[in-house]
Amino acid sequence: MITETGHFALILALFVALVQSSVPMLGAARRNPGWMDVGRSAALTQFLLIAVAMGALMHAYIVSDFSVINVIENSHSAKPLLYKISGVWGNHEGSMLLWVFMLGLCGAAVAAFGANLPPALRARVLAVQGMIGVGFLLFILFTSNPFLRALPPPPDGHGLNPVLQDPGLAFHPPFLYLGYVGFSVAFSFAVAALIEGRVDAAWARWVRPWSLASWCTLTIGIAMGSWWAYYTLGWGGWWFWDPVENASLMPWIVGTALIHSSIVVEKRDTLKSWTVLLAIITFSLSLVGTFLVRSGVLTSVHAFATDPARGAFILVLLVLAIGGSLTLYAVRAPVLKGGGLFAPISREGALVLNNLLLACGAATVFIGTLYPLFLDAVGGPKISVGFPFFNQTFVPLMVPLLLAVGPGSLLAWKRGDLLGALQRLWAAFGLAILVVLGGFYVTHGGPVLAVLGLGLAAWTFGGAATELAERLRLFRIPAADSLRRAFHLPRAAWGMTFAHMGLAITVAGIAASAFDSETIEVVKPGGEIQLAGYTLHLDGVERGDGPNYMYDDASITISRNGSTVAVVHPQRRFFPLQQQTTAVTAIRTNLLADLYVAIGDPNPAGGWTIRAYYKPLVPWIWLGAVIMAFGGLVSLSDRRWRVGIAARARAAMPQPAPGA
Amino acid sequence: MIRVLLVLLLLAPGLARAVEPGERLADPALEARARDISRSLRCLVCQNESIDESNADLARDIRVLLRERLVAGDTDVAARQFLVDRYGDFVLLKPPLEGATLLLWFGPVLVLLVGGVAVGLYLRRRPVAPPPPLTAAERARVAQLLKEPEA
Repeated sequence: MITETGHFALILALFVALVQSSVPMLGAARRNPGWMDVGRSAALTQFLLIAVAMGALMHAYIVSDFSVINVIENSHSAKPLLYKISGVWGNHEGSMLLWVFMLGLCGAAVAAFGANLPPALRARVLAVQGMIGVGFLLFILFTSNPFLRALPPPPDGHGLNPVLQDPGLAFHPPFLYLGYVGFSVAFSFAVAALIEGRVDAAWARWVRPWSLASWCTLTIGIAMGSWWAYYTLGWGGWWFWDPVENASLMPWIVGTALIHSSIVVEKRDTLKSWTVLLAIITFSLSLVGTFLVRSGVLTSVHAFATDPARGAFILVLLVLAIGGSLTLYAVRAPVLKGGGLFAPISREGALVLNNLLLACGAATVFIGTLYPLFLDAVGGPKISVGFPFFNQTFVPLMVPLLLAVGPGSLLAWKRGDLLGALQRLWAAFGLAILVVLGGFYVTHGGPVLAVLGLGLAAWTFGGAATELAERLRLFRIPAADSLRRAFHLPRAAWGMTFAHMGLAITVAGIAASAFDSETIEVVKPGGEIQLAGYTLHLDGVERGDGPNYMYDDASITISRNGSTVAVVHPQRRFFPLQQQTTAVTAIRTNLLADLYVAIGDPNPAGGWTIRAYYKPLVPWIWLGAVIMAFGGLVSLSDRRWRVGIAARARAAMPQPAPGA
Repeated sequence: MIRVLLVLLLLAPGLARAVEPGERLADPALEARARDISRSLRCLVCQNESIDESNADLARDIRVLLRERLVAGDTDVAARQFLVDRYGDFVLLKPPLEGATLLLWFGPVLVLLVGGVAVGLYLRRRPVAPPPPLTAAERARVAQLLKEPEA
């Protein structure tokens, strides 16, 4: 009964979405306030209905209702509650439902918090959100319905892939999807602006918080996925440039460009049509990512061709959304005239460079990801595009970007002084040189590129710190005054500082992965292995039962110079239901380096394969990502986004008398 | 029941994770070469994982095969070519530069060039006309702002 309620709610949501996509749009065209207002109530209702559907499916999972096909295929009564819940989105149908749930959430948020938007703009934005909703609700109901029943119900389900039964992966999809789908709001704003033919500073102010929020959640989502790979795979890999990862990276890169270019629209009233285009491309890449992951085209073009219903449906949605919005852009973009002038060497110029390099970076990832599919589709040779390609194409594009972060943020608007900016970066330059020299000293002239990468990270970090010091006039005015300035600094400025520092920290972590050392040995209980100055002593291996698995738990004492540092417990888990074995690694971190230990199979002679890795700075990869996202959140809390306040402040400002 | 599960655990599909101790060659120089080469070869049944990283059985077989070739005296190039002959270019994580991949390798450069030229034209095309002179009202406002002490 509850399942049917969810099913009906989803069908109703489709009809509400149809209303939402048409009535407010017509209302905006006819300047009918009543019709325009339908958008708000429709968006809220649509979200509520999808929430009911989501709740119904979740209920079916929690009570293990094995009359629902989706639950049979992806759940099991013996699964822990957390994974019963996360199992809802651990499969195709459920994850698409999560997708529209997030879409509904975004629409409802615009309706609820968009009181300060001009009614016509809000109506159009909500109508576009409604259109996207119609497309994806149709997709779910016709090709991927999670509410279908099975008769007679089997006694138990097939369970969830053990690899997915992990807290990191339970929360990875919701964050990722909120990020993906959050960019739909920027997309809808862009389409609405094209219809109205007007983009101004106020528009940028409305769009920016949405893009920023989506960017933050996408950052967290990607970092979580990579962290999961790191601790799950048993050897510490965290990025493979595989198409599914690239699918999430592309919107992130273009989204990063978007949050930078919308600053220019807001502050300087220029780069308008480019920013609109970025908003369209960002969400289009989210759609492309959904298509890549959900259509099965990745496994092979031929698999896609044999079961084309889902893939073809998303492809049609893709063509309609991207083609439609780009056509609209081509027709209407010339209307958007930029205002502010600027010299090439200026803050605007620096942000243009940022956008150029990020856009090229995204294009590179796009080419690398889709080229094998393209070759396959046109009957060419089968090739693989792996990390060497991206290291040789994507990384060189990011080097000038990182070099420019510091100087760019020190340039003045309109016309900057590059030499002056570089002179003010002497401390950052000194820091970078010190890090490079120190790096060569410690690694005895180790991998040159990695050491230079560390220097680049130091330069970026130093640049962000210099920019902050300049704002606070640190060391030029009394410390108390600097502190006072720190309190009065706009939150957006703090956000930028954090985000750029986080970026530098991530880059350092990535560069340092070249310094890893590893030991892979078969060890008998009582035996020892050596790694990077540490001694790992295998005390013993114990066998036990988990909720839906059995485990071998190794106890390994780590010591250095005779004193014990830690006792770690890597596990090997066996899930009888799926006949699958997974590794639970033990990671001992001091934030400067990780000691990473995993156990493999027992060997007939009574030994165990132990893999141990010493990974300097690796935790910085995710630490930096968290700091970046935190910077985004700090920026989001800036009071100028609460547009009402700014407007009131402007109204309160003394205006010169007319004609004075 | 527990006993049955214990037996199952022993018979369970292995947890072969990446390169295993048993596969390694005794000669460290040869083993280092094998590791280097296997990092550049794709596990054919995984998404962009190298055979050095992958825990798939096929990846293991190729690792062993590669080591056999090196022990037999193949150079790095010959050993890699042996696998390419067997599995095609698909096995290489770094696609070779050839007719079909020209667009792949030069695509990013092309995009950068086109983008760079577009940005250059955009910056050039912008009129550098001086902004219109301030009106009397604006001048008065500027004078007033300049007089105010910094808050």
